[in-house]
Amino acid sequence: MEGNIADLGKFIGAGLACLALGGAGVGIGIIFGNYLNAALRNPAAADGQRTNLLLGFALAEATGLFGFVIAMLILFS
Amino acid sequence: MAAQAEAGAKADPMHQFEIVRLIDMKFGTLDVSFTNSSLWMVIAVLAVSALTILSMSGRAMVPGRMQSIAEMSYEFVAGMVRDVTGPEGMRYFPFIFTLFMFILACNLLGMIPYSFTVTSHIIVTFAMAAAVFIGVTVLGFVKNGAGYLRMFVPGGLPVWLLPLMVVIELISYLSRPVTLALRLFANMMAGHTMLKVMAGFVIALGWVGGWAPMAAMVGITALEFLIAFLQAYVFAILTCIYLNDALHMHH
Repeated sequence: MEGNIADLGKFIGAGLACLALGGAGVGIGIIFGNYLNAALRNPAAADGQRTNLLLGFALAEATGLFGFVIAMLILFS
Repeated sequence: MAAQAEAGAKADPMHQFEIVRLIDMKFGTLDVSFTNSSLWMVIAVLAVSALTILSMSGRAMVPGRMQSIAEMSYEFVAGMVRDVTGPEGMRYFPFIFTLFMFILACNLLGMIPYSFTVTSHIIVTFAMAAAVFIGVTVLGFVKNGAGYLRMFVPGGLPVWLLPLMVVIELISYLSRPVTLALRLFANMMAGHTMLKVMAGFVIALGWVGGWAPMAAMVGITALEFLIAFLQAYVFAILTCIYLNDALHMHH
């Protein structure tokens, strides 16, 4: 059991930064859930909204990845 | 930690992002070496050029397979630019098409095993995002003059809220290149790191238990192809949206 307390904090911090993925998961779930919900109500309009679906998916996913970047910055810098 | 690093030197998931100088070059004090990153950029540009030039040289009335791909990618980006920015935006179509095809080619070439993903380095994506940001800002000022500053003043707000909103709008405007660059970079890097970590699981579990992560890897690889396309698409469509903001001011 060796190592210093700064490393400990580093690893805990990197782990905490991964919590951002929870938010991204919720966001992606909401986007696809709501899309499916609306698409089943009005299938005719579903195709026209696929752009917005993918855009929303990418935007929501990116917020989780920002957490990943923070974790990488903590670990490797 | 040191022993682990020695043992995992070959299985290090970050090893794939290492820049290697292939041809050493110095321009004064500037290091302009031809690296593996440059090599894959050249390959990406050649691949896109070959696709668009060679496949269209036949100009068949009924397109063949390659010509279909070239025409479809053209139509796809043209439709996107037309939908988002309107007919005036088509003047900037060549820029958006180049951006889209370059990022798509880099992302897809990065999926080849042992290749190098150019877009997994933030300096590459940031250079592209900064080009978009500066271009759009200059265009906004050229088209609207000083009126472009009204972009930071949202309409229909009580006056006492304005100082706060202007600051928020300014920050959100200035963070555009950062988020644009970070989104592409983080997606590519996270995906490739995840693939390598999974591959490490396959090796660690061996012949007995390695099949479960192997199956997961197949799925993740498929997802990565989707992400590779999606991120190029998102980068291009956000560029279109920013362009639209500069061309048609709504406030």
